[in-house]
Amino acid sequence: MTTNIKYTFKDFASDQDVRWCPGCDDYVILRSIQKALPEIGRKKEDIVFISGIGCSSRFPYYMDNYGIHGIHGRAAAIATGTKLANPDLSVWVASGDGDAMAIGGNHFIHAIRRNINLNYILFNNEIYGLTKGQFSPTSLLGQKTKSSPYGNVQAPFNPGELAIGAHAKFFARAAGNDAKLQTKLYIEADKHKGFALVEILQNCVIFNDGAYKDITDKSVKDDAQLVVEHGKPMIFGKNKDKGLILDGMKLKPVTIGENGITEADILVHDAKEPDPTLHLALINMKAPVVMGVIRAVEDSTLEDREAEADRIARETNKIQSFEELLFSGQTYEVD
Amino acid sequence: MSTKALQKDTKTLDHVVIRFAGDSGDGMQLTGTQFSTSAALLGNDVATFPNYPAEIRAPQGSLYGVSGFQVNIGHTEVSTPGDELDLLVAMNPAALKTNINDLKPGHMVIVDSDAFTRSNLQKAKYDSNPLEDGSLSHYNVIPVPMTSLTREALKDTGLDSKSMTRSKNMFALGMLYWLFSKDPKYTIEFLRKKFKNKPEIVEANIKALKAGYHFADTLELMPTHYIVDPAKKAKGTYRIIMGNQATAWGFMAAAKKAGLELFLGSYPITPATDILHELVKWRHLDVTAFQAEDEIAGISSAIGASFAGKLAITTTSGPGLALKGEALGLAVMLEIPLVVVDVQRGGPSTGLPTKTEQSDLMQAMYGRNGESPVIVIAAKSPADSYDMAFMAAKLTLEHMTPVILLTDGYIGNGSEPWRIKTLDEMPEIKTYRITEYIEDFHPYKRHPETLARPWAIPGTPGLEHVIGGLEKDKIEGTVSYDPLNHQEMVELRAEKVRKVKDFIPPLEAEFDQEGDLLVVGWGGTYGSLKTAVKRFREENPEYKVGLAHFSYINPLPHGIDDIFSKYDKILVPELNKGQFADFLRMNYPKYTYYKYDKIQGLPFGTEELMEQFKKLLKAE
Repeated sequence: MTTNIKYTFKDFASDQDVRWCPGCDDYVILRSIQKALPEIGRKKEDIVFISGIGCSSRFPYYMDNYGIHGIHGRAAAIATGTKLANPDLSVWVASGDGDAMAIGGNHFIHAIRRNINLNYILFNNEIYGLTKGQFSPTSLLGQKTKSSPYGNVQAPFNPGELAIGAHAKFFARAAGNDAKLQTKLYIEADKHKGFALVEILQNCVIFNDGAYKDITDKSVKDDAQLVVEHGKPMIFGKNKDKGLILDGMKLKPVTIGENGITEADILVHDAKEPDPTLHLALINMKAPVVMGVIRAVEDSTLEDREAEADRIARETNKIQSFEELLFSGQTYEVD
Repeated sequence: MSTKALQKDTKTLDHVVIRFAGDSGDGMQLTGTQFSTSAALLGNDVATFPNYPAEIRAPQGSLYGVSGFQVNIGHTEVSTPGDELDLLVAMNPAALKTNINDLKPGHMVIVDSDAFTRSNLQKAKYDSNPLEDGSLSHYNVIPVPMTSLTREALKDTGLDSKSMTRSKNMFALGMLYWLFSKDPKYTIEFLRKKFKNKPEIVEANIKALKAGYHFADTLELMPTHYIVDPAKKAKGTYRIIMGNQATAWGFMAAAKKAGLELFLGSYPITPATDILHELVKWRHLDVTAFQAEDEIAGISSAIGASFAGKLAITTTSGPGLALKGEALGLAVMLEIPLVVVDVQRGGPSTGLPTKTEQSDLMQAMYGRNGESPVIVIAAKSPADSYDMAFMAAKLTLEHMTPVILLTDGYIGNGSEPWRIKTLDEMPEIKTYRITEYIEDFHPYKRHPETLARPWAIPGTPGLEHVIGGLEKDKIEGTVSYDPLNHQEMVELRAEKVRKVKDFIPPLEAEFDQEGDLLVVGWGGTYGSLKTAVKRFREENPEYKVGLAHFSYINPLPHGIDDIFSKYDKILVPELNKGQFADFLRMNYPKYTYYKYDKIQGLPFGTEELMEQFKKLLKAE
């Protein structure tokens, strides 16, 4: 239910001390959510945050909503039960790269496949923080960590690519230090009917500091990031003079004004295209790294399909009450 | 000999154990179910048990492809499907070979002699035809060319030969109806309903059924005609119910009684899946049954649903309970209502998926990290599963702590008559559910009597709170690493479970209330133990023997000392290595517990139990 109450971000902050390391991007994520929620306009008692285990998963404690700090990897499964039990709730999951894609990989892909209406924030710092610095399923090949002193030998997932493989209908991405874009994406994710995955490239200041600095530092971010918007040309760069074109089957960054390229040649972003081919190409781009709502395709949700099955059951069953069930079929009297 | 003369030659029996055995494709489950349903509808007490291979479609005629269905029909109370057979129906050599040893010597085995071809004999690893080589001379063998007689009876139906042959199970069933003086009308009704869109199949099956009935009527080889008179049972409306179905319905009843909706999170696993199958049908009766991606998601989704205010359950068998362990620990910490049903099967690992065992007791008690007590209760028969599922739900809701309900493959797949219990007959269920704002809300402030915490549901304004797996402050439920708080919380959670003792019925003894021997059991062995104690006392009146059966295991009920102290010896027969005997020894160390363990994937037989009673009574 929407509300007429005018909340501010403070209404969503709990009285618990926030215990993340100073300088962690998690603070930005927390504040961005707390800023998005008043705009989303849901009653705070109808909002539930569910998490697993990891630094990211402390999230529910810092929100003044209903919440469960669950067990490692199972947030999506717990949230699925909560949402199925009461589809009127706005259910959010806070998860990390290890929680979502290592121990919780199965629940992650199945929640996406079902298109259940959850908002899933993936804090991707490419490392295990809470256990103090082991490689995660998104750590780079060759990356030296506490559990890979000679370099990581396990190739990483790209979360968006994995999600597309699981038939994701909504995928968005933002830098961990980009509060403004994050707030916008959380609002978009909540608006989207179905499973909405928002990947945050989150810097871990202790165990993987600078993992994204070539993308997120103020000095480079305008040229390193492309923030897409549905219906708008995919233009980026400090001088707004760069863009993407299709070169055969591949996306290619170009400079407007060079080699006869004009703004009209730049691809217009279509987040609503059901065919995920271009979305996947955008997700996999390294330079620039694509941010914003990359994919937002309307489709039936698990709740829609559950409701339809309820209707069929109601309309086709002879048995319409528990009492009728008890006495259905072959019964007999003993006098 | 005329038919009339035959009709006169009837024998009245108290009870009779019959097994139908054939290839997995021969329709033995249907045949057995029809026979037992008709017997029950005509007033007998019945208990049934299907025995089918783990392979879905094993090669035809092979020994491991044999599927069986056993039924015990009685004039007096029947507590088990029986062990030794009074009558065997074997549809092929493999079925004969794998079942003949269970038939009492001198008793009747009816075989489809058409199936005793050289190829089928080879598949059953017979060197010579047992119908001809004299190896069955100590049985009363009735060879009937069922396949060809069925084809002959159906030759005008226009069906192809394969379809005609498929009806031979109805021919066999018709013979049995004659033999036990049962009217086939209920099966005819059933066939008309089941195949209502296939009139040619209905006609063929009814023809085959009648052909079998008339064949038996005129067959000189079948000299006796049996009567098992109706059993005396309490007044009421009855139906035949399977254990897993009763479990499902018990939870539906509890949800209705508590004014809640039911949520099941489950992953398919033998022999528990029928509970899922049952509950998915009734989604329009306030049931959400969610087939999850794995066992862990099954219980995790139930936890999420419980947080949102549903009566949440998850159903599984032993390997699944192992996978659910961590999440169950979370539910212990969260102190939310949750029932886990474990329909036990043979273990360890994949073990014997389609066979029965009671070996998950210790896992149910202790299979989690940390000090993590849960309520553990067990159903004792197919119909009792209704009451115990209801009770599991009542306890979890009224004490805000998870409950494990143990059943097993034997009672889960077995069936018996059940006097239908409507909601009016079930006890009230109170909940701690809060859906409206209250002053002074503290998530972990406990009810003084039960120590249950309030269950405030998302959507309730002003009661927003976060619960989690980290240790919590004893009042506010916020994260607490305080050493003394942790110890207190561990003790509170244990005390909360201990207090349940005051809310469950005390232990009772059946048969002799004091004397030489007390037989102690728990869960699904009740019928076997009761049958054995009853018969033993009839045959050995010099001994005084009692039976104490536990439905409640953690906490143990009141009244144990009062009963245990009144007998010279205590025997604890179990389908495991004596897990309950060890548990009793730990809690009531002053008694000596003799064990009788059976771990064969099979239920207890009456004879073997009586032998154990005698052995122990005679020992110094």
